[in-house]
Amino acid sequence: MAKRAAPEVNAGSMADIAFLLLIFFLVTTTIEKDKGILRSLPPIDDTETEPPIIKQKNLFTILVDRQNRLLVEEEIMDIKDLRQAAIEFLDNGGGVNPEGESCDYCRGKRDEASSDHPDKAIITLKHDRETSYGTYIQVQNELVAAYNFLRNREAQRLFNRSFASMLEEKEKNQFNKDEKLNEDIERIKKMFPMKLSEAEPDKS
Amino acid sequence: MSKFKKKKGGELPAISTASLPDIVFMLLFFFMVATVMRDNTTMVENTLPAANQVEKLKKDRTMFIYAGKPNSQYKNLGTEGRIQINDAFVSLDAIQPAVFEYIATLNEELKDRVVVALKVDENTNAGIISDVKQELREANALKIMYVTSVSQDD
Repeated sequence: MAKRAAPEVNAGSMADIAFLLLIFFLVTTTIEKDKGILRSLPPIDDTETEPPIIKQKNLFTILVDRQNRLLVEEEIMDIKDLRQAAIEFLDNGGGVNPEGESCDYCRGKRDEASSDHPDKAIITLKHDRETSYGTYIQVQNELVAAYNFLRNREAQRLFNRSFASMLEEKEKNQFNKDEKLNEDIERIKKMFPMKLSEAEPDKS
Repeated sequence: MSKFKKKKGGELPAISTASLPDIVFMLLFFFMVATVMRDNTTMVENTLPAANQVEKLKKDRTMFIYAGKPNSQYKNLGTEGRIQINDAFVSLDAIQPAVFEYIATLNEELKDRVVVALKVDENTNAGIISDVKQELREANALKIMYVTSVSQDD
């Protein structure tokens, strides 16, 4: 037999195969980015000092029982009303802060029976050991939302931009610090300091 | 003057597509390398609760703690909520050493900014989380993040 040259393999469909694989990987790739609620825990305090006495009106107590029901300020409440209730409590401004200044940026009802000043207003959260974690996060979310709402309002009023956009800009420029921006953020955080205490659930 | 005669008709030569597979393969390899499969297999059920007031997590300084009831593969361990760190079920006492161990692997400038991310199933009892938080306070790892899925604000 005469020696024949091997016929050239047609590589024209190679691109199609590669594209197919490429599209598969493009679709299946999920660049995972976790998100969540950032909180700080209180450091352990061993000193035997008497805790300061806090007036009942400056406390906003939330209890979550094992059936995931909410008791807010001695009243049963639905979770969807919690945010508004927390905003009203924080924004009340019925009295003066420890320095004796009244809250000139609060727009609440200035009710004598509710919190004196955002500086003094404390939200306490207590849950049962058998409360479900989902409910617990929902409550946390609503409370963080209440603070964010108020901080955002003040940022709009003072700097004409949202608080979230300020934080975002700070995050973007973390290598060249913008002193002015940091000061502005601190100022707003100080207006509504996040005072959220969590009681330990009862044993047993 | 025949030297300057037009060679053939005016038809354009076909553009060679021979390098197209190379380009596509390059892209393909990029995506194959960039794709990260899950690096931690969870041994507990892990349906995250939803929230909308969320911040992004910084992966370079974060330690993960999982909790929930053991999933179907580990049914023999009961249905009580369990804690998982690095592919193993651990007890509460093991949290502090694990935190210190993780901090030791971090860069110097990130050591005091460590964040502990809690990935907890939404049907777990909140009691186990408060136990974990107590351990973290004792380990002085005070920044925590409740990892959630993101829901839309109403």
